[in-house]
Amino acid sequence: MNPRIAKALINGLLIGGTIVALFPLLWMLSVSLMHPSEASALPPPLLPAHATLYNYQELFVRAGMGRYLFNSLLVSVVITVLSLALNIMAGYAFAKLRFAGRDTVFKAVIGMLAIPAQVAMLPLFLMLKPIGLVNNYGGVIVPAMASAFGIFLVRQYARGIPDELLEAARIDGASEWRIFSRIVLPLLKPIMVTLAIYTFLTAWNDFMWPLIVLTGQEHYTLPLGLASLAREHAQDAELMMAGSVVTVVPVLALFLALQRYYLEGLLLGSVKG
Amino acid sequence: MNRQHAAWMFLAPAAIVLGVFFLVPVIGAFVLSLTDYDLYALADLHNLRFVAFGNYWALLHRPLFWAALWHTVYFVVVAVPLSMIVSLCAALLLHSPLARCKPFFRTALFAPVVTTVVAVAVVWRYLFNTKYGLVNYVLAGVGIHPIDWLGDPHWAMPAIILFAVWKNFGYNMIILLAGLQAIPADYYEAARIDGASAWQQFRHITLPMLAPILLMVGILTVSGYFQLFAEPYVITEGGPLESTVSVLYLMYNEGFKWWNLGSASAIAFLLFVIMFVVTACMLRFGRQESEA
Repeated sequence: MNPRIAKALINGLLIGGTIVALFPLLWMLSVSLMHPSEASALPPPLLPAHATLYNYQELFVRAGMGRYLFNSLLVSVVITVLSLALNIMAGYAFAKLRFAGRDTVFKAVIGMLAIPAQVAMLPLFLMLKPIGLVNNYGGVIVPAMASAFGIFLVRQYARGIPDELLEAARIDGASEWRIFSRIVLPLLKPIMVTLAIYTFLTAWNDFMWPLIVLTGQEHYTLPLGLASLAREHAQDAELMMAGSVVTVVPVLALFLALQRYYLEGLLLGSVKG
Repeated sequence: MNRQHAAWMFLAPAAIVLGVFFLVPVIGAFVLSLTDYDLYALADLHNLRFVAFGNYWALLHRPLFWAALWHTVYFVVVAVPLSMIVSLCAALLLHSPLARCKPFFRTALFAPVVTTVVAVAVVWRYLFNTKYGLVNYVLAGVGIHPIDWLGDPHWAMPAIILFAVWKNFGYNMIILLAGLQAIPADYYEAARIDGASAWQQFRHITLPMLAPILLMVGILTVSGYFQLFAEPYVITEGGPLESTVSVLYLMYNEGFKWWNLGSASAIAFLLFVIMFVVTACMLRFGRQESEA
């Protein structure tokens, strides 16, 4: 094939694919700025005649979106901080410390990756109910405080730390905790960023477990608030789109700002290692 | 401090969380599935009875379970290959030396992956609207009559499949792109000298070299797609005529709408067994292929 035609074809297809990938997101933003029922016209309008923030005002004043946004932020930040700490410590132990039964326990962790989380959901609900963790933040946070995938990711990365470095510190009389906090943690910074973004995104986007464990609206996260809004106000397209924008924009912005770390983690968790 | 002791101190917090909040519930799910745990047992545990495999037996005689399984299998069998093909095409385009602005295209194509399922499902539900939806508007432009995407039982699942492919293809695209970049350029160089066409190069170099990654990505996608739930929950609410009730949707309804937790656990466990068997078969098949 003529290289110029090939070049035009390849870039043309990429542009076409990009339009398909981005169009629903751009359209969501556009409709969110339309006046009520403006989107239900024929032909469907692509851009608002007069952009307005009315829908956002409605969302936060009347539909309680501010509460959902706060809940989502709180839950996602707490999960990220706690699980980061626990997964990093465990991943480091698997990678660099020697102890009896290490391989067996690690195999068990890997085995957990094959079990769908939904299998655990029904008994987990029954377990959390008597200890008062149903319908509050704790019910969402506690089971997410550690993850087999996170531990695996940290272990893969931490294996690259040279043993000599740790041995030298031990000979100098440093305690294990000091070695971890002063030598290991700084070296693990890149994977910490990766895992933090990954965990935050997963927690923010999670739907099924919060839907089960949160029974009252006051603790709803954004996806739950949006889903219940969508059931009540199905006709109110402009309001729904504004809700979707509020739900999607924080994670999209986080990804755009730190995409290098996110994609690195995606590859580390699958291809490499 | 003893080294053994230190190691367990580092491990203990995560191990306790995973043990108590994952491993124990998974074992509990099996035990639960052998009981008739329902609303009465929820009120008073004395009403709980052991029914052995009664729940499983009852499920196998329930048309709705078979329907949900069929919908899920339909989704997996159509959406997985479609997703993989789109991912591979996108990765090949991005990998081409002729492609311009690669970082931009890569980011744009990946963007749907990081979005929240519920939020974009709300968007797509409106795009699929029979009257005002842009999907039908575009189809009308090429002379296709309006399709009642979400109101017609035959079209609801295809609509969800299109949505899922749009949402997820970028994930595999990134992994496959890394796989393509790992193939040594010399192979293509040698093939070109031997006069191999682009298609021949793809068929005899790219595909075989990419096979292990394709298999891994395939297994991950299959197990992910078996867990179909949020999409039908938001887009179609299981309808129309229960045509988009997936296995997990049935589990959710059975467990948290009707409070038949024993029966719901049996559904969860059956899904787990099915997923396990399917992925094990794929692994086995993959190994045989690579040995042959």
